[in-house]
Amino acid sequence: MSNVYNLKREVEKPVRFTGGHRLCAGCGAGVVVAGVLRALDKEDRAVVVNATSCLEVSTFMYPYTAYMDSYIHSAFENSAATCAGVEAAYNALKRRGKVEGTVKFITFAGDGGTYDIGFQSLSGAMERGHDMVYVCYDNEAYMNTGIQRSSSTPRFARTTTTPIGSVQPGKKQNKKDLTEILVAHNIPYIAQTAPIGNFRDLHTKSHNAIYTEGPCFLNVLAPCPRGWDYPMARLAQIIQLAVDTCVWPLYEVEAGVWRLTYIPKKKLPVEDFLRPQGRFRHMFQKGNEWMIEEAQAYVDQKWERLLERTGA
Amino acid sequence: MSSPLSGNEAVAYAMKQINPDVMGAFPITPSTEIPEYFAQYVANGEVDTEYVTVESEHSSMSVCIAAQAAGARAISATSSCGLALMYELLYVAASCRLPITLACVNRALSGPININHDYSDSMGARDSGWIQIYAENNQEAYDNFIMAMPVGEIPSVRLPVMTCMDGFITSHAVENIELLETDAVRRFIGEYRPENYLLKKENPLAVGPYDVSPYYMEHKVLEAEAMKAAKARILEVAAEFEKISGRHYGLFEEYKMEDAELVLVLIGSTAGTAKAAVDKLREDGVKAGLVKIRVFRPFPGEELARALAGTRAVAVMDKSEGFSANGGPLFAETRSALYDLKERPYTIDIVYGLGGRDIRVEDFEKIFSRLANIAQTGEIGPVYTHMGQRSKEETV
Repeated sequence: MSNVYNLKREVEKPVRFTGGHRLCAGCGAGVVVAGVLRALDKEDRAVVVNATSCLEVSTFMYPYTAYMDSYIHSAFENSAATCAGVEAAYNALKRRGKVEGTVKFITFAGDGGTYDIGFQSLSGAMERGHDMVYVCYDNEAYMNTGIQRSSSTPRFARTTTTPIGSVQPGKKQNKKDLTEILVAHNIPYIAQTAPIGNFRDLHTKSHNAIYTEGPCFLNVLAPCPRGWDYPMARLAQIIQLAVDTCVWPLYEVEAGVWRLTYIPKKKLPVEDFLRPQGRFRHMFQKGNEWMIEEAQAYVDQKWERLLERTGA
Repeated sequence: MSSPLSGNEAVAYAMKQINPDVMGAFPITPSTEIPEYFAQYVANGEVDTEYVTVESEHSSMSVCIAAQAAGARAISATSSCGLALMYELLYVAASCRLPITLACVNRALSGPININHDYSDSMGARDSGWIQIYAENNQEAYDNFIMAMPVGEIPSVRLPVMTCMDGFITSHAVENIELLETDAVRRFIGEYRPENYLLKKENPLAVGPYDVSPYYMEHKVLEAEAMKAAKARILEVAAEFEKISGRHYGLFEEYKMEDAELVLVLIGSTAGTAKAAVDKLREDGVKAGLVKIRVFRPFPGEELARALAGTRAVAVMDKSEGFSANGGPLFAETRSALYDLKERPYTIDIVYGLGGRDIRVEDFEKIFSRLANIAQTGEIGPVYTHMGQRSKEETV
């Protein structure tokens, strides 16, 4: 089989994440999960691990599951340790001749379950070196409980716990840079990606993560039409704008080497990304120009730093 | 073979003999020695367990849940705040029907922080769906751990088992105990052969659904039925264990209960001191006796009521507070169990030994003296008291 990515060929593989789940129309999470699982080689089995999240309650509501592979959900804050436990069992049973074939271990958790409550569990599992992939589908707030801020929520965003008021302009703090924190764990492969275009970036990085030995981490932007407040049909466009404004740069760090995987032909102003989203609507009100300026300055600074690091 | 071992080493040795697939390991006083001993077994190649040194007890239990669901036999050990940190996951383990085995070395819960023995940790987990078996001494700690897997893993039960021993008193004191041969232990435990598991090739499995109202209650009732079924299974396993060890175990131990009128109901190592008091009083012609609860979950309510029928006054000894304002957890269970008796004994609750405060033979003599007075006068006095407070006159 050719190693060149071919979307048509990829989507002809047997489906591992089936339709009929209850995620919202226009939700990025389902696209991310389908895209990551498609990167598994056909002959390999997987155990999918899931933190409590929109994804979990929408894809495994008893007695229906959307997963063709084995799947386990335990709690909100422990998906990395859960994945570690399955991997430990695999190692033990393999050693004792009780399990056959190759099994891969893939965790999906939202940003709340990753940046915040599951952070310790994630850091521990990465440090211990389990052979697993941890995928954060980052929709930048606690969406399952109704849009509360997380440490992944960007500055100025409106959430139900960072409302817009006369003395508060939405969230006060900048988004935590979790991908960089994972880089500091010195694990074999880390990537930041998003389902854009023909999904090549997401697919290639997922395949790398799944087939690199040791703990690997993917941070995948997964917009939420409810929380971000955009018309559901605009999902793909919103993701593209996040990438083209450099709000969400696509890059990877393999064995400590940083590499940009996408450089926008024309770096768009950050307001192009902000404007279509209701969560940033207040930034476009008269007198709030400073918010857009500061948001732009922050993105520019982060982008310059990334260019330096990647030598691009 | 007879060997001088601490309770921790005895349990670690049982773990070595079992050679489980996965262990989640995290240190906390006084259970720390268990993962330490086990780490040395791993380092020496005496076991080939996947030894996962997690970053918290929360992850330790998470690893056990996932490993057991994946088809492996998983164990851990903890105490006090460690058990409390596992709290959410104890329920997950039980509701997923995963027969994990956990050695709980009992220690008081914070705050204030205290490292000594009482049952506030495991009593807080009594409604989590775990089977709880308590040891009086090192021998029982060893034996209980070996019996745990055959109890938990049988399809009619499929529940996690917590074997408890008293922190420091049992975990650190060295006693001569009888160890079984490793082959005998392995035969007794058998292979773990779950029907469905995550790594089963032929049939992928999904574990831990969002369970909606039309199904949730059915699943909880199944869990409750499993806990009921555990009682018979515990006795069945104890009978099998007696054949290989010569040691007899029940749901509780009755000590000088044949004609007892004044009785203590208690848990754990305190039984040793209390038995000495019973012996002393028997010499003086007092019809004293005691019941030592071994299995707290499932609670042997009917059996205990039968054992206490015909007694005149009972003091329930609670080594955890519970803060119900109505007595400790052992008292609540015991008094409830007695309700269906036609002729009930008078029943009082004495909360004692919190945070490791000692109780002595003389203290039990005072308690028996109070029971004698209650039996004679029919006047109970305060139903629920705390014993051994330094600031107060001793009133039992």
